[in-house]
Amino acid sequence: MAGANATNYGRPIIQVSHLSKVYSNDSVETVALADVSFEVREGEFVAIMGPSGSGKSTLMHILGALDTPTSGTYVLDGKNVGQLSRDELAAIRNKNIGFVFQAYNLLPRTTALKNVMIPMAYARVPKTERLKRATALLDRVGLGDRIDHASNQLSGGQQQRVAIARAMAMNPSIILADEPTGNLATAQGEEIIAIFQDLNDQGHTIVMITHEPYIAEHAKRTVFIQDGRIVKDTDSHTSKRAFVQKEH
Amino acid sequence: MEFFETLTTALEALKLNKMRTALAMLGIVIGIGAVIALVSLGQASQQTVQTQIQSLGSNMLTVSPGAQNSGGIRGASGGGTTLTNDDAKAIASSTQITTVAKVSPELSRRAQIIAGRNNENAQILGATPAYADVRKVTVSSGRFLSQQDVDGMQRVAVLGPTAISNLFPSGASPIGQSIRISNISFRVIGVTTSKGGTGFMNQDDIAIIPLTTAQKLVFGVNYLGSISIEAKSADVMNQARDQVGYFLLARHKITNPYQADFSIFSQEDILGAATQVTGTFTMLLSGIATISLLVGGIGIMNVMLITVIERTREIGLRKSLGARDRDVVSQFLAEAVILTVVGGFLGMIIGVGLSYIISSLMGLPFTLSLSAVILAIGVSGAIGIVFGLYPARKAARLSPIEALRFE
Repeated sequence: MAGANATNYGRPIIQVSHLSKVYSNDSVETVALADVSFEVREGEFVAIMGPSGSGKSTLMHILGALDTPTSGTYVLDGKNVGQLSRDELAAIRNKNIGFVFQAYNLLPRTTALKNVMIPMAYARVPKTERLKRATALLDRVGLGDRIDHASNQLSGGQQQRVAIARAMAMNPSIILADEPTGNLATAQGEEIIAIFQDLNDQGHTIVMITHEPYIAEHAKRTVFIQDGRIVKDTDSHTSKRAFVQKEH
Repeated sequence: MEFFETLTTALEALKLNKMRTALAMLGIVIGIGAVIALVSLGQASQQTVQTQIQSLGSNMLTVSPGAQNSGGIRGASGGGTTLTNDDAKAIASSTQITTVAKVSPELSRRAQIIAGRNNENAQILGATPAYADVRKVTVSSGRFLSQQDVDGMQRVAVLGPTAISNLFPSGASPIGQSIRISNISFRVIGVTTSKGGTGFMNQDDIAIIPLTTAQKLVFGVNYLGSISIEAKSADVMNQARDQVGYFLLARHKITNPYQADFSIFSQEDILGAATQVTGTFTMLLSGIATISLLVGGIGIMNVMLITVIERTREIGLRKSLGARDRDVVSQFLAEAVILTVVGGFLGMIIGVGLSYIISSLMGLPFTLSLSAVILAIGVSGAIGIVFGLYPARKAARLSPIEALRFE
């Protein structure tokens, strides 16, 4: 399947093979992912679509090194994630991947600026550098005038923009976004997608879960997941569009 | 994260929930405060007892009539009638006894003293002039008993300052005034200088009268309550004890020293016993205080556990942003240690203040137990680490997504 997706993008940066995740809860086993294999190349913008409970969030968490698979391997930028120590995983979450959550997940009662500086604190970036970078990032997502606002004083769209700035704090090559527009009105959602589009244009690899076909249109490739399996994977803009038109 | 930054983050987290922080700290404040106050008070009373006993005279031996065996029943120690005036005289005049400087025969009972409309129950002590030398008693006004007073069985009394203030509250000079002890009229001839002490230890609530008067007129007995002996120096105490002991055994025709009808104590014996009593008391107080400290520590652990549960999502978030296990541990540990150290410091202030107030109310000298302060601060730091470590590690071990999903 990976071979079929080979396009004019760079080297593979995410390689998962035979990934599965089973949750056991009081003798009841729930299969969230069943034998998922695919590849993401540097500079791609991949949309992941699928109904609720299809396992796409689970896949996203494993890709973000927030969760571990039951079986299968995940190679990130040449490193086998399954063999890394807890500290090495922390470093990956810190430097290689920026994660954007549906629920923003900002620290409440904490300013936008401080929220963006958190990953840099864990990376021991010097204070002055942190301030400079965080200010620039907030400026870039259009919140230059709100850096001292507490996160809970901001609107949903503004909070998500702070979250994107935070994901960008360590300038990671990969940005994973789990339904970043799910809690937002369409207009705000479009602004957020524009930012992701912009980041992708600058060379960041983006993997994004979305429910909205119009958002998936921004992606260069869409992966459809159902019942823990990849049911369709488009590797070109045209074929994806054809699929969407057929579905709707 | 850097050390200073961890502290700042911890402080910010504590500030966000002031009420919980204050309540958690309260346990440690009370615990540390109690330890310092109780230990300081215990040491102060120990010191007081020691100085009081030492003020009685440092090279003094006390001969008490021993327990008497009558028909197999052993009577109370000190309740016997085996010491006589002749024993005292013989000790003083014996040529075999070379280490004794002064001998003071004494008979002490409690009785009612009446002076005009005032009366009180005080210690009535029959003594000779030697008492003043052996017990280091001085008079602040008037004079002490003379040999003539004793020989002539005079009805004169030297009162302690507490007795004076109870019997003559008006403040007029009591010298020459008349008082009644057991319905016998006495003339006040002197007032002793205060020796201090409170309650049962009060050496100032006393009326000293001639020994002969006490024996024949007041109490109607012919034996002695005790004989106080001053050794020539502190170095010959043991020798003096042996000499007096064997001399009295011979006088009482007792061959087996274990059947002696008297006993001899030195000040050191009494000091040792008293120090042991107050030491036990201090230990008991410290034990109670330690328990309260422990309870305070458990309170902190409780709060830290709740904090961890409450902030599980925050932990998940921080981990998803790259916090390592040790970043999470040190953040929560820093919070716990700040709680206990600040609490310990406040407790120290309260403990010192409390022991100052109580010691001034009880008339004890104010002593600050440095060891208690160091111990309390050390213990509070340790409590912070021990009771903070468990919740902190628990928080750090969570997988980021488990923590983020936590409701």
